[in-house]
Amino acid sequence: MTGPQELIPHLFRTEAGRITAVLCKSFGLDHLEAAEDITSETFMAALDAWPRKGIPENPVAWLYAVAKNKAKNHLTRQHLFLKKIAPEITGQASTETTDIDIDLSDNGITDSQLQMLFAICHPSIPAEAQIALSLRILCGFGIEEIANAFLSNKETISKRLVRAKEKLRAEKVILAFPSGEETGRRLETVLTTLYLLYSEGYYSATQDAVLREDLCLEAMRLTYLLIRHDSTDQPMVNALLALMCFHSSRFPARKDSHGEMVLYQEQDESLWDQELIAKGAYYLHRASTGKNASRYHLEAAIAYWHTIKIDSPEKWENILQLYNQLLQIEYSPIAALNRTFALSKTKGKKAAIAAAEKLQLTGNHYYHTLLGELYTDIDNQQAKASFQTAYDMAKTAADKQAIRRKMDAL
Amino acid sequence: MKEFILIFRHEDGSKIASPEQIQVWMKQTMDWLGGIAAQNKLVSHGNGLSFEDSKVVRHNNIVTNGPFGEIRETIGGYVIVRAESVEEAVEFAKGSPVLQGEGNSVEVRKIATHEF
Repeated sequence: MTGPQELIPHLFRTEAGRITAVLCKSFGLDHLEAAEDITSETFMAALDAWPRKGIPENPVAWLYAVAKNKAKNHLTRQHLFLKKIAPEITGQASTETTDIDIDLSDNGITDSQLQMLFAICHPSIPAEAQIALSLRILCGFGIEEIANAFLSNKETISKRLVRAKEKLRAEKVILAFPSGEETGRRLETVLTTLYLLYSEGYYSATQDAVLREDLCLEAMRLTYLLIRHDSTDQPMVNALLALMCFHSSRFPARKDSHGEMVLYQEQDESLWDQELIAKGAYYLHRASTGKNASRYHLEAAIAYWHTIKIDSPEKWENILQLYNQLLQIEYSPIAALNRTFALSKTKGKKAAIAAAEKLQLTGNHYYHTLLGELYTDIDNQQAKASFQTAYDMAKTAADKQAIRRKMDAL
Repeated sequence: MKEFILIFRHEDGSKIASPEQIQVWMKQTMDWLGGIAAQNKLVSHGNGLSFEDSKVVRHNNIVTNGPFGEIRETIGGYVIVRAESVEEAVEFAKGSPVLQGEGNSVEVRKIATHEF
């Protein structure tokens, strides 16, 4: 039996975002802080009551009921102010009514969270702030956890959140689904944010493995919400979830018994989560309608090929072609480097070295790691020098360790 | 960085090659474009131009069918690249699988930019 000390933080993570989103839906986004305050007060009440009176039979329902009451009190006070006090000051009577609609049903929660997601991913908010806001408001992350994930400090994250909230107010962003044509455009920003949120977890420099997996899971949960909603259940969204499922299937194999990162090539594939791989295949299949192959389709297809550990000419030829297409849609240094690795598997290391040297990515330590791998067995002296450069440039302990292992294997 | 258009002149592939051969050319083209894109120097992969439904409109609105000249090679497509110099753009052009065909060519032209 878990006690309140373990249960409440867990519930905060799963329920705080839901409660805040629903409250915001009835207060309006310009009262975001009031909604967040009521959510915190609700959990404070649980921290106070549960250790004394015992955990209620249905803890979630208890939280919702308390939040609802606090919200009603807040609205009544607000109404009282508008009706009785404000006219005294301004000489104008308020016409606002007190219709209170706080919809904590499953649908109400899902809709409020999705609308909140669209609001947070408003084009006026910088990408970094979108991620921080999503983590704070939708995923119930503490400021410190967000700071850890970004390798930043609490002050920076707090400032970032405050500025983003001010921006939401200034732009008069409302909680609603974008309509018709706008859905597609806004959905792209939402997907970019979810993609970055996922990557933040998957590639994050933080050593905290639990935190990293949590970030990935939250990104998947929000993407899944989009799929459950008719107007946002689009091929691109399914492709993104497929990509996330394929990557996440490797979580159990990514760390060894000492908690150290295990590189793809050295992973025990019997640890890969076959259920998630099957889910990925399911969503990729669902994504295969319509004419557009988005970057998420291509990346999901690449991730699919990586769920097959055994090297085959077919595997690498397919991966190379997918990277060729991906780079034509959207250039990124990491895609350019990965394409060059696929090239070495299909056309040999010498051809890949020639291609690598044209990439002009000498400021990127992954470039030197790649060169080291390409020169291995061709010119081990050169390979060693490349790994050394990569080692000197790498910033995180995990990266340095991975490079060191490659050097030692020479 | 300047932008250059690479204009391909070649025969109608479907008249001289099997579907399998065309498949091979497609793959080579993708590898070639992927190599340029990996250097972040592909501006546009352009469009292929169909050999069907093609006409030439001449002076006095005289309309003729293709072919477009005395030679069998005509414009079949284009891509736009970014390069420091025409020499670099020429190096890109040299990798095009179009040049495997005798008589085929890739014309390299700098895209004129107007300064305001």
